[in-house]
Amino acid sequence: MSSAQPEIAILDARGLICPMPVIRTQDRVKTLPSGAVLEILSTDRGALHDIPAWCRVNGHEVLETEQHAREVRVRMRVHRSP
Amino acid sequence: MLAAKVVIEEGVHVEGLNFFTGFCVEGHTHAIRNPDHTKPKRNNALWAAEQLGIKLHIVDISEQYKDIVLNPKHGYGAHLNPCLDCKIFMVDQARSWGFMEENGFDFIVTGEVVGQRPKSQRRDTMPLIARESGAKDRLLRPLTALNLPPTLPEREGWVNREHLYGFHGRNRKPQIELANRFGFEDFAQPAGGCCFLTDAKYSAKLADLWKARGERDYSLDDIVLLKVGRHLRPAGHFKVIVARDDGENNFLEGYRKQFVHLRIENHEGPLTLIDGRPSFSDIELAARIAARYSQGRDAGVVQVSAHHPNGVVEALSVNPMPPHQIPDAWHV
Repeated sequence: MSSAQPEIAILDARGLICPMPVIRTQDRVKTLPSGAVLEILSTDRGALHDIPAWCRVNGHEVLETEQHAREVRVRMRVHRSP
Repeated sequence: MLAAKVVIEEGVHVEGLNFFTGFCVEGHTHAIRNPDHTKPKRNNALWAAEQLGIKLHIVDISEQYKDIVLNPKHGYGAHLNPCLDCKIFMVDQARSWGFMEENGFDFIVTGEVVGQRPKSQRRDTMPLIARESGAKDRLLRPLTALNLPPTLPEREGWVNREHLYGFHGRNRKPQIELANRFGFEDFAQPAGGCCFLTDAKYSAKLADLWKARGERDYSLDDIVLLKVGRHLRPAGHFKVIVARDDGENNFLEGYRKQFVHLRIENHEGPLTLIDGRPSFSDIELAARIAARYSQGRDAGVVQVSAHHPNGVVEALSVNPMPPHQIPDAWHV
Protein backbone atom coordinates (compact mmCIF):
# COMPACT_ATOMS: atom_id res chain seq x y z
CA MET A 1 0.00 0.00 0.00
CA SER A 2 1.48 3.33 -0.94
CA SER A 3 1.11 6.37 1.29
CA ALA A 4 2.01 9.24 -0.99
CA GLN A 5 2.92 12.37 0.94
CA PRO A 6 1.32 15.55 -0.40
CA GLU A 7 3.75 17.83 -2.16
CA ILE A 8 4.78 20.71 0.06
CA ALA A 9 4.70 24.18 -1.46
CA ILE A 10 7.42 26.49 -0.17
CA LEU A 11 7.08 30.22 0.37
CA ASP A 12 10.38 31.98 0.95
CA ALA A 13 9.49 35.17 2.84
CA ARG A 14 12.95 35.64 4.33
CA GLY A 15 14.10 39.24 4.50
CA LEU A 16 10.54 40.55 4.61
CA ILE A 17 9.15 42.19 7.71
CA CYS A 18 5.70 42.17 9.23
CA PRO A 19 3.09 42.10 7.80
CA MET A 20 4.58 41.13 4.42
CA PRO A 21 5.15 37.44 5.34
CA VAL A 22 1.44 37.23 6.23
CA ILE A 23 0.39 39.05 3.05
CA ARG A 24 2.57 36.75 0.92
CA THR A 25 1.12 33.73 2.73
CA GLN A 26 -2.40 34.99 2.07
CA ASP A 27 -1.62 35.53 -1.62
CA ARG A 28 -0.01 32.11 -1.99
CA VAL A 29 -2.83 30.29 -0.22
CA LYS A 30 -5.29 31.75 -2.76
CA THR A 31 -3.48 29.77 -5.48
CA LEU A 32 -3.48 26.44 -3.61
CA PRO A 33 -6.25 23.82 -3.45
CA SER A 34 -7.87 22.69 -0.24
CA GLY A 35 -5.66 20.15 1.52
CA ALA A 36 -2.41 21.55 0.12
CA VAL A 37 0.48 21.97 2.53
CA LEU A 38 2.46 25.20 2.52
CA GLU A 39 5.72 25.82 4.34
CA ILE A 40 6.65 29.43 5.01
CA LEU A 41 10.20 30.54 5.79
CA SER A 42 10.68 33.92 7.44
CA THR A 43 13.34 35.90 9.25
CA ASP A 44 10.71 38.06 10.97
CA ARG A 45 10.22 36.77 14.51
CA GLY A 46 6.66 38.14 14.47
CA ALA A 47 5.77 35.61 11.76
CA LEU A 48 5.93 32.86 14.37
CA HIS A 49 2.80 34.33 15.96
CA ASP A 50 1.21 36.21 13.09
CA ILE A 51 1.02 33.41 10.49
CA PRO A 52 -0.60 30.94 12.94
CA ALA A 53 -3.02 33.72 14.00
CA TRP A 54 -3.86 34.39 10.35
CA CYS A 55 -4.44 30.65 9.83
CA ARG A 56 -6.72 30.44 12.85
CA VAL A 57 -8.92 33.38 11.88
CA ASN A 58 -9.19 32.21 8.28
CA GLY A 59 -9.86 28.54 9.05
CA HIS A 60 -6.56 27.00 7.95
CA GLU A 61 -4.64 24.42 9.97
CA VAL A 62 -1.23 25.06 11.49
CA LEU A 63 0.76 21.82 11.32
CA GLU A 64 4.08 22.89 12.79
CA THR A 65 6.03 25.96 13.87
CA GLU A 66 9.73 26.12 14.47
CA GLN A 67 12.35 28.75 15.22
CA HIS A 68 16.06 28.18 14.55
CA ALA A 69 18.36 31.05 15.39
CA ARG A 70 17.06 33.91 13.22
CA GLU A 71 14.77 31.85 11.01
CA VAL A 72 11.15 30.92 11.50
CA ARG A 73 9.38 28.03 9.74
CA VAL A 74 5.62 27.56 9.73
CA ARG A 75 3.94 24.61 8.04
CA MET A 76 0.19 24.87 7.38
CA ARG A 77 -2.59 23.04 5.58
CA VAL A 78 -5.04 24.95 3.39
CA HIS A 79 -8.72 24.45 4.24
CA ARG A 80 -11.52 25.87 2.16
CA SER A 81 -15.15 26.01 3.20
CA PRO A 82 -17.38 24.11 0.76
CA MET B 1 -13.20 46.13 17.17
CA LEU B 2 -16.16 47.58 19.11
CA ALA B 3 -17.90 48.74 15.94
CA ALA B 4 -17.54 45.28 14.40
CA LYS B 5 -18.85 43.64 17.56
CA VAL B 6 -21.93 45.90 17.60
CA VAL B 7 -22.78 44.84 14.05
CA ILE B 8 -21.99 41.15 14.69
CA GLU B 9 -24.46 41.31 17.60
CA GLU B 10 -27.09 42.35 15.04
CA GLY B 11 -26.61 39.00 13.33
CA VAL B 12 -24.63 40.42 10.42
CA HIS B 13 -21.74 38.44 8.86
CA VAL B 14 -18.65 40.63 9.27
CA GLU B 15 -15.10 40.17 7.93
CA GLY B 16 -12.14 42.41 8.72
CA LEU B 17 -9.96 44.41 6.34
CA ASN B 18 -6.55 45.63 7.38
CA PHE B 19 -4.56 47.91 5.06
CA PHE B 20 -0.77 47.91 4.93
CA THR B 21 0.45 51.38 3.97
CA GLY B 22 4.13 50.97 4.81
CA PHE B 23 3.75 53.45 7.67
CA CYS B 24 2.16 51.02 10.15
CA VAL B 25 3.81 51.21 13.55
CA GLU B 26 3.35 47.85 15.20
CA GLY B 27 4.56 45.43 12.57
CA HIS B 28 7.90 46.88 11.66
CA THR B 29 8.85 48.11 15.08
CA HIS B 30 8.36 44.82 16.83
CA ALA B 31 10.00 43.03 13.96
CA ILE B 32 13.12 45.19 13.96
CA ARG B 33 13.94 46.34 17.47
CA ASN B 34 15.02 43.97 20.21
CA PRO B 35 12.07 42.24 21.81
CA ASP B 36 10.32 44.21 24.52
CA HIS B 37 9.19 41.53 26.94
CA THR B 38 6.77 43.87 28.72
CA LYS B 39 4.56 44.22 25.65
CA PRO B 40 2.59 41.45 23.95
CA LYS B 41 4.14 40.62 20.60
CA ARG B 42 1.21 40.53 18.26
CA ASN B 43 -0.33 41.96 15.14
CA ASN B 44 -3.24 43.96 16.54
CA ALA B 45 -5.52 43.45 13.53
CA LEU B 46 -5.08 39.67 13.67
CA TRP B 47 -5.51 39.72 17.41
CA ALA B 48 -8.74 41.72 17.15
CA ALA B 49 -10.09 39.41 14.43
CA GLU B 50 -9.38 36.44 16.64
CA GLN B 51 -11.18 38.01 19.59
CA LEU B 52 -14.18 38.69 17.36
CA GLY B 53 -14.09 35.30 15.63
CA ILE B 54 -14.07 36.86 12.16
CA LYS B 55 -11.91 36.40 9.07
CA LEU B 56 -9.29 39.04 8.35
CA HIS B 57 -7.94 40.10 4.97
CA ILE B 58 -4.69 42.07 4.95
CA VAL B 59 -4.38 44.24 1.87
CA ASP B 60 -1.10 45.75 0.67
CA ILE B 61 -1.91 49.27 -0.54
CA SER B 62 1.59 50.66 -0.04
CA GLU B 63 2.14 51.53 -3.71
CA GLN B 64 -1.20 53.28 -4.33
CA TYR B 65 -0.89 54.98 -0.94
CA LYS B 66 2.08 57.04 -2.15
CA ASP B 67 -0.23 59.38 -4.00
CA ILE B 68 -2.17 60.01 -0.78
CA VAL B 69 1.00 60.88 1.14
CA LEU B 70 2.52 62.99 -1.62
CA ASN B 71 -0.59 64.79 -2.86
CA PRO B 72 -3.25 64.93 -0.15
CA LYS B 73 -6.23 66.83 -1.53
CA HIS B 74 -7.33 67.82 1.97
CA GLY B 75 -3.84 68.59 3.29
CA TYR B 76 -1.83 67.29 6.22
CA GLY B 77 -2.54 67.17 9.94
CA ALA B 78 0.00 68.35 12.50
CA HIS B 79 2.81 66.48 10.70
CA LEU B 80 2.90 64.67 7.36
CA ASN B 81 -0.28 62.75 8.23
CA PRO B 82 -2.89 63.01 5.47
CA CYS B 83 -5.58 61.61 7.78
CA LEU B 84 -8.67 62.75 5.93
CA ASP B 85 -7.42 61.65 2.51
CA CYS B 86 -6.24 58.42 4.12
CA LYS B 87 -9.65 57.69 5.58
CA ILE B 88 -11.38 58.43 2.26
CA PHE B 89 -8.89 56.22 0.42
CA MET B 90 -9.28 53.29 2.81
CA VAL B 91 -13.07 53.40 2.74
CA ASP B 92 -12.86 53.56 -1.06
CA GLN B 93 -10.54 50.53 -1.04
CA ALA B 94 -12.94 48.69 1.29
CA ARG B 95 -15.81 49.60 -1.03
CA SER B 96 -13.97 48.31 -4.11
CA TRP B 97 -12.99 45.10 -2.34
CA GLY B 98 -16.15 44.46 -0.38
CA PHE B 99 -18.69 45.21 -3.07
CA MET B 100 -16.93 43.05 -5.68
CA GLU B 101 -19.22 40.23 -6.79
CA GLU B 102 -16.88 37.52 -5.48
CA ASN B 103 -16.87 39.08 -2.00
CA GLY B 104 -20.48 40.20 -1.96
CA PHE B 105 -20.66 42.52 1.03
CA ASP B 106 -23.48 45.03 1.40
CA PHE B 107 -21.99 47.75 3.57
CA ILE B 108 -18.85 48.98 5.32
CA VAL B 109 -18.40 49.41 9.06
CA THR B 110 -15.82 51.70 10.66
CA GLY B 111 -15.13 52.62 14.26
CA GLU B 112 -15.14 56.38 13.66
CA VAL B 113 -16.62 58.67 16.31
CA VAL B 114 -17.66 62.28 15.68
CA GLY B 115 -15.18 64.63 17.31
CA GLN B 116 -12.66 61.95 18.23
CA ARG B 117 -9.87 63.08 15.89
CA PRO B 118 -9.21 66.70 14.94
CA LYS B 119 -8.58 66.09 11.24
CA SER B 120 -10.58 63.15 10.04
CA GLN B 121 -13.34 62.52 12.56
CA ARG B 122 -15.30 65.77 12.70
CA ARG B 123 -19.01 66.28 12.17
CA ASP B 124 -18.33 67.96 8.81
CA THR B 125 -15.84 65.35 7.57
CA MET B 126 -18.02 62.31 8.26
CA PRO B 127 -20.35 62.94 5.28
CA LEU B 128 -17.37 64.01 3.17
CA ILE B 129 -15.68 60.63 3.71
CA ALA B 130 -18.90 58.80 2.84
CA ARG B 131 -19.34 60.89 -0.30
CA GLU B 132 -15.78 61.06 -1.65
CA SER B 133 -15.06 57.37 -0.98
CA GLY B 134 -18.11 56.43 -3.03
CA ALA B 135 -19.51 54.37 -0.14
CA LYS B 136 -22.25 56.99 0.44
CA ASP B 137 -25.00 55.61 2.68
CA ARG B 138 -23.43 52.15 2.74
CA LEU B 139 -20.92 53.41 5.30
CA LEU B 140 -22.09 52.69 8.84
CA ARG B 141 -20.39 54.05 11.98
CA PRO B 142 -22.17 52.09 14.72
CA LEU B 143 -20.45 53.89 17.61
CA THR B 144 -21.57 57.36 16.53
CA ALA B 145 -24.54 56.53 14.26
CA LEU B 146 -27.05 58.43 16.40
CA ASN B 147 -25.18 61.66 15.60
CA LEU B 148 -25.60 61.05 11.86
CA PRO B 149 -28.50 60.51 9.45
CA PRO B 150 -29.69 56.88 9.10
CA THR B 151 -27.71 54.86 6.58
CA LEU B 152 -28.93 52.19 4.18
CA PRO B 153 -28.30 49.26 6.59
CA GLU B 154 -30.40 51.06 9.21
CA ARG B 155 -33.20 51.99 6.81
CA GLU B 156 -33.31 48.45 5.40
CA GLY B 157 -33.43 46.97 8.89
CA TRP B 158 -30.17 45.02 8.46
CA VAL B 159 -29.18 46.61 11.76
CA ASN B 160 -31.49 48.17 14.32
CA ARG B 161 -30.68 51.86 14.76
CA GLU B 162 -31.90 51.65 18.34
CA HIS B 163 -29.04 49.28 19.09
CA LEU B 164 -26.40 51.74 17.82
CA TYR B 165 -24.59 54.47 19.77
CA GLY B 166 -24.17 58.22 19.86
CA PHE B 167 -20.60 58.50 21.14
CA HIS B 168 -18.85 61.79 20.41
CA GLY B 169 -15.71 63.64 21.41
CA ARG B 170 -12.30 62.52 22.59
CA ASN B 171 -13.44 60.91 25.82
CA ARG B 172 -12.94 57.15 25.51
CA LYS B 173 -14.90 56.29 28.64
CA PRO B 174 -18.07 55.19 26.79
CA GLN B 175 -15.98 52.94 24.54
CA ILE B 176 -14.24 51.41 27.55
CA GLU B 177 -17.60 50.78 29.21
CA LEU B 178 -18.91 49.14 26.04
CA ALA B 179 -15.75 47.02 25.81
CA ASN B 180 -16.31 45.87 29.38
CA ARG B 181 -19.91 45.03 28.55
CA PHE B 182 -18.70 42.90 25.63
CA GLY B 183 -16.16 41.24 27.93
CA PHE B 184 -13.10 42.59 26.12
CA GLU B 185 -10.27 42.72 28.62
CA ASP B 186 -7.65 44.18 26.30
CA PHE B 187 -7.65 46.83 23.60
CA ALA B 188 -5.86 47.32 20.31
CA GLN B 189 -3.96 50.53 19.55
CA PRO B 190 -6.16 53.64 19.77
CA ALA B 191 -6.74 55.44 16.46
CA GLY B 192 -3.87 57.57 15.21
CA GLY B 193 -1.13 55.88 17.23
CA CYS B 194 -0.75 53.15 14.65
CA CYS B 195 0.70 55.35 11.87
CA PHE B 196 4.26 56.70 11.77
CA LEU B 197 3.09 59.75 9.83
CA THR B 198 1.46 61.10 13.01
CA ASP B 199 4.89 61.02 14.69
CA ALA B 200 6.77 64.33 14.63
CA LYS B 201 10.25 62.76 14.49
CA TYR B 202 9.32 60.35 11.74
CA SER B 203 7.71 63.11 9.67
CA ALA B 204 10.86 65.22 10.10
CA LYS B 205 12.94 62.33 8.72
CA LEU B 206 10.65 61.98 5.72
CA ALA B 207 10.76 65.73 5.04
CA ASP B 208 14.57 65.59 5.34
CA LEU B 209 14.68 62.75 2.80
CA TRP B 210 12.65 64.76 0.29
CA LYS B 211 14.76 67.87 0.82
CA ALA B 212 18.05 66.01 0.43
CA ARG B 213 16.92 64.31 -2.77
CA GLY B 214 15.31 67.40 -4.20
CA GLU B 215 12.04 65.57 -4.90
CA ARG B 216 9.00 64.40 -3.01
CA ASP B 217 9.06 60.67 -3.59
CA TYR B 218 9.88 57.48 -1.70
CA SER B 219 10.22 53.74 -2.03
CA LEU B 220 9.04 51.17 0.52
CA ASP B 221 12.68 50.61 1.51
CA ASP B 222 13.08 54.36 2.14
CA ILE B 223 10.17 54.58 4.54
CA VAL B 224 11.10 51.39 6.35
CA LEU B 225 14.68 52.61 6.83
CA LEU B 226 13.36 55.84 8.38
CA LYS B 227 12.03 53.70 11.23
CA VAL B 228 15.40 52.12 11.93
CA GLY B 229 18.48 53.48 13.68
CA ARG B 230 19.85 56.91 14.52
CA HIS B 231 19.83 59.20 11.50
CA LEU B 232 22.48 61.93 11.32
CA ARG B 233 22.95 64.27 8.38
CA PRO B 234 26.30 66.07 8.55
CA ALA B 235 25.77 67.50 5.03
CA GLY B 236 23.02 67.69 2.43
CA HIS B 237 24.56 65.03 0.19
CA PHE B 238 24.90 62.21 2.72
CA LYS B 239 23.25 60.77 5.81
CA VAL B 240 24.54 58.29 8.38
CA ILE B 241 22.23 55.56 9.74
CA VAL B 242 23.59 53.93 12.90
CA ALA B 243 21.94 50.79 14.32
CA ARG B 244 20.83 51.12 17.95
CA ASP B 245 20.74 47.47 18.99
CA ASP B 246 21.29 43.92 17.75
CA GLY B 247 17.83 43.80 16.22
CA GLU B 248 18.56 46.86 14.11
CA ASN B 249 22.03 45.54 13.28
CA ASN B 250 20.42 42.40 11.87
CA PHE B 251 17.84 44.37 9.98
CA LEU B 252 20.36 46.78 8.42
CA GLU B 253 22.45 43.79 7.30
CA GLY B 254 19.74 43.19 4.71
CA TYR B 255 20.36 46.65 3.22
CA ARG B 256 24.16 46.79 3.44
CA LYS B 257 24.83 45.94 -0.22
CA GLN B 258 22.85 48.98 -1.40
CA PHE B 259 24.97 51.45 0.60
CA VAL B 260 28.51 52.21 1.67
CA HIS B 261 28.48 50.49 5.07
CA LEU B 262 30.80 50.64 8.03
CA ARG B 263 31.83 47.96 10.52
CA ILE B 264 33.73 48.51 13.74
CA GLU B 265 36.59 46.02 13.62
CA ASN B 266 38.27 46.05 17.04
CA HIS B 267 35.30 46.69 19.37
CA GLU B 268 31.63 45.79 19.64
CA GLY B 269 29.82 48.33 17.54
CA PRO B 270 26.86 49.15 15.35
CA LEU B 271 26.48 48.45 11.66
CA THR B 272 26.29 51.85 9.96
CA LEU B 273 24.96 52.74 6.51
CA ILE B 274 25.82 55.89 4.57
CA ASP B 275 22.97 57.09 2.37
CA GLY B 276 23.91 59.48 -0.45
CA ARG B 277 27.12 60.21 -2.31
CA PRO B 278 29.86 60.38 0.33
CA SER B 279 33.44 61.45 -0.50
CA PHE B 280 36.40 59.83 1.24
CA SER B 281 36.41 62.54 3.92
CA ASP B 282 32.64 62.05 4.40
CA ILE B 283 33.23 58.33 4.96
CA GLU B 284 35.93 59.17 7.50
CA LEU B 285 33.54 61.49 9.31
CA ALA B 286 30.82 58.80 9.28
CA ALA B 287 33.35 56.31 10.67
CA ARG B 288 34.11 58.71 13.55
CA ILE B 289 30.37 58.94 14.28
CA ALA B 290 29.98 55.16 14.14
CA ALA B 291 32.97 54.75 16.47
CA ARG B 292 31.33 57.15 18.93
CA TYR B 293 28.40 54.72 19.25
CA SER B 294 30.70 51.67 19.63
CA GLN B 295 32.24 50.13 22.74
CA GLY B 296 35.46 51.84 21.63
CA ARG B 297 34.00 55.31 22.17
CA ASP B 298 36.61 56.08 24.85
CA ALA B 299 39.51 54.54 22.96
CA GLY B 300 42.00 56.81 21.23
CA VAL B 301 41.73 55.06 17.89
CA VAL B 302 39.11 52.68 16.50
CA GLN B 303 39.54 50.47 13.44
CA VAL B 304 36.65 50.76 11.00
CA SER B 305 36.17 49.04 7.65
CA ALA B 306 34.26 50.85 4.91
CA HIS B 307 32.55 48.51 2.43
CA HIS B 308 31.51 49.93 -0.95
CA PRO B 309 28.68 48.45 -3.02
CA ASN B 310 31.26 47.51 -5.72
CA GLY B 311 33.07 45.26 -3.23
CA VAL B 312 35.98 47.59 -2.44
CA VAL B 313 36.85 47.62 1.28
CA GLU B 314 38.83 50.43 2.90
CA ALA B 315 40.50 50.14 6.31
CA LEU B 316 40.26 53.28 8.44
CA SER B 317 41.75 54.25 11.79
CA VAL B 318 39.66 57.01 13.33
CA ASN B 319 39.23 58.92 16.57
CA PRO B 320 35.69 58.46 17.91
CA MET B 321 33.86 61.74 17.66
CA PRO B 322 33.18 63.17 21.15
CA PRO B 323 29.44 63.72 21.73
CA HIS B 324 29.87 67.49 22.13
CA GLN B 325 31.31 67.67 18.61
CA ILE B 326 28.16 66.18 17.09
CA PRO B 327 25.86 69.16 16.51
CA ASP B 328 22.22 68.69 17.46
CA ALA B 329 21.33 69.87 13.96
CA TRP B 330 22.88 66.68 12.51
CA HIS B 331 20.27 64.52 14.27
CA VAL B 332 17.39 64.15 11.83
